[in-house]
Amino acid sequence: MIFLSDFSVIKPEFGLFFWSCIIFALFWIIVGRFAFRPIAEALKKREDDIQSALDESVRTREEMAKMKAENEALLAQAREERSRMLKEAKETSDGIIKEAREGAKNEAHKILQQAKSEIENQKKQAITEVKNQAGLLAIDLTERLLKEELKDKDQQKKLVNNLINDLNLS
Amino acid sequence: MNFSTKFPINFLFSVLFLLAVTYPSFGQHENHETTHSEASSDEHHEGDICAHAGHHEGDFDPASTAFHHIGNPNVYSIGPFNFPLPCILYTPGEGLEIFSSGKFEFDFQGHGEGHKAYKGYVLDAGTVRKVIDPSFPREQVEIGGVAQMGEDYFVCYGGHPYALEARSTMDGGLFGGGRTSFYDFSLTKNVVSMFLVFAFLTWVFFTVAKSYREREGKAPKGLQSFMEPMFLFIQDEVAKPFLGEKYAKYQPFLMALFFFILGLNLFGQIPFFGGSNVTGNLAFTMAVALFTFFVVNFNGKKDYWKHVLWMPGVPAAIKAVIITPVEILGLFIKPFTLMLRLFANITAGHIVVLSFIGLIFIFGNSGASIGGASLGAVVSVPLTIFMMSIELLVAFIQAFVFTILTASYIGAAIEEHHH
Repeated sequence: MIFLSDFSVIKPEFGLFFWSCIIFALFWIIVGRFAFRPIAEALKKREDDIQSALDESVRTREEMAKMKAENEALLAQAREERSRMLKEAKETSDGIIKEAREGAKNEAHKILQQAKSEIENQKKQAITEVKNQAGLLAIDLTERLLKEELKDKDQQKKLVNNLINDLNLS
Repeated sequence: MNFSTKFPINFLFSVLFLLAVTYPSFGQHENHETTHSEASSDEHHEGDICAHAGHHEGDFDPASTAFHHIGNPNVYSIGPFNFPLPCILYTPGEGLEIFSSGKFEFDFQGHGEGHKAYKGYVLDAGTVRKVIDPSFPREQVEIGGVAQMGEDYFVCYGGHPYALEARSTMDGGLFGGGRTSFYDFSLTKNVVSMFLVFAFLTWVFFTVAKSYREREGKAPKGLQSFMEPMFLFIQDEVAKPFLGEKYAKYQPFLMALFFFILGLNLFGQIPFFGGSNVTGNLAFTMAVALFTFFVVNFNGKKDYWKHVLWMPGVPAAIKAVIITPVEILGLFIKPFTLMLRLFANITAGHIVVLSFIGLIFIFGNSGASIGGASLGAVVSVPLTIFMMSIELLVAFIQAFVFTILTASYIGAAIEEHHH
């Protein structure tokens, strides 16, 4: 065991022990207080931040899903509304067209009737006028004929005879 | 020294050396053997000790080389180069001495053997020793080197040997080394390494903390994103599972343990940077384990002490005879195992790496055979690379194990039982 006496590491020296205590205590106090604790706190804060950010994202995603569903429902409703409106509009327009057609037809009919009755009236009037004119003409002609015929006495007598004959006959 | 006091250390060594012994003569201390045999036969010739003093050259001795490199010298050695460090030496009754270890005038390139004595202290293999004889000159004097005889050290001054005290240790000379009357508070290589790692880690974590402040709400970047996974790993896998709700209170302590041990483990593995063996030194692991011990027991709740002192639900006789003594022993065994585990793992790693590198010198016959050295290099380089990769893993594992066990002890102490 002679070499044991040389093996200085197993014989703890008081000086090294003393300095070890001092340096380790300093390290613990200084670095622990001004570095380890702030680092641990910063890590804790970051962990919390990340956790809350993750929670937030999950919540946001849920919200988004809800909103999307809502949107979809709204869209479906809108689509339904649109088709209903279209249908209604079509019905309305069909009705209007039909009504218009009907109206036009009635109007045309009425106008036609009116025209017809007008024509009839005009015709009647014209006929009456023609009749009047024809009467006047006949009177005029008759007058002129009578004047011509009754210029001499024979003629007058003959005519009166004829007329009397005609009267007898009828 | 009787065998029983050394038993745990002996056992530890068997394990360490099973790993470390790769050469049959590993562990034989050539210098010791020769000096010892000569000294015992010619003990009355004191001059003979000094005749051999300073002759540390000669056969390559892997064991002493390895021990030298994992030790805690008063010089900062990077490869073969040595840099002076401040010495702070205190002797009760004589007062405090503060001076640079450069006063010993060791060689810049060498093993930290001081050529001069100063204030009654000498430098041997980078370690400060004190001359016992009070008549030894206090001023800076030229010495003839330090000799070893058995477990005793002598300094040769003026052709006469003066006995030296062992390095100051906490064991009171229990594990060899003899008595010491002075305390070495010097900024040794390990202390300087600790300060460097402390400064580096402080810078790293202050920078990271600043990034968190300035880049709030943004993704981590650069150094911040490099440290964050480790930080979160300790927080989520160690602190939260063991400490539950109240983890935040103890988290700075666990982080400090993990990163300081990891930093020192990794610092000791940087090649050509001194290879400081701080976490493989019992004094350091003892200090950190003591912190764990106090944090655990000062925070122990009523339930914890009830379980330790008087376990509920167990017959009184069994409690008194077995459970309570075992539990009380356990209070001390827990930090003790923390201390030994870290120390043994890191030291073993350093010794194995040094042994593999030592192969080059053993095969090369201490520089005599170039062919042998080349063969040694071919064998040793892949083994060393392999071992250093394993050590990188061990650096993380041991820091993690120390932290997770500390967390489990704290967790057990603060747990509230609901019966």
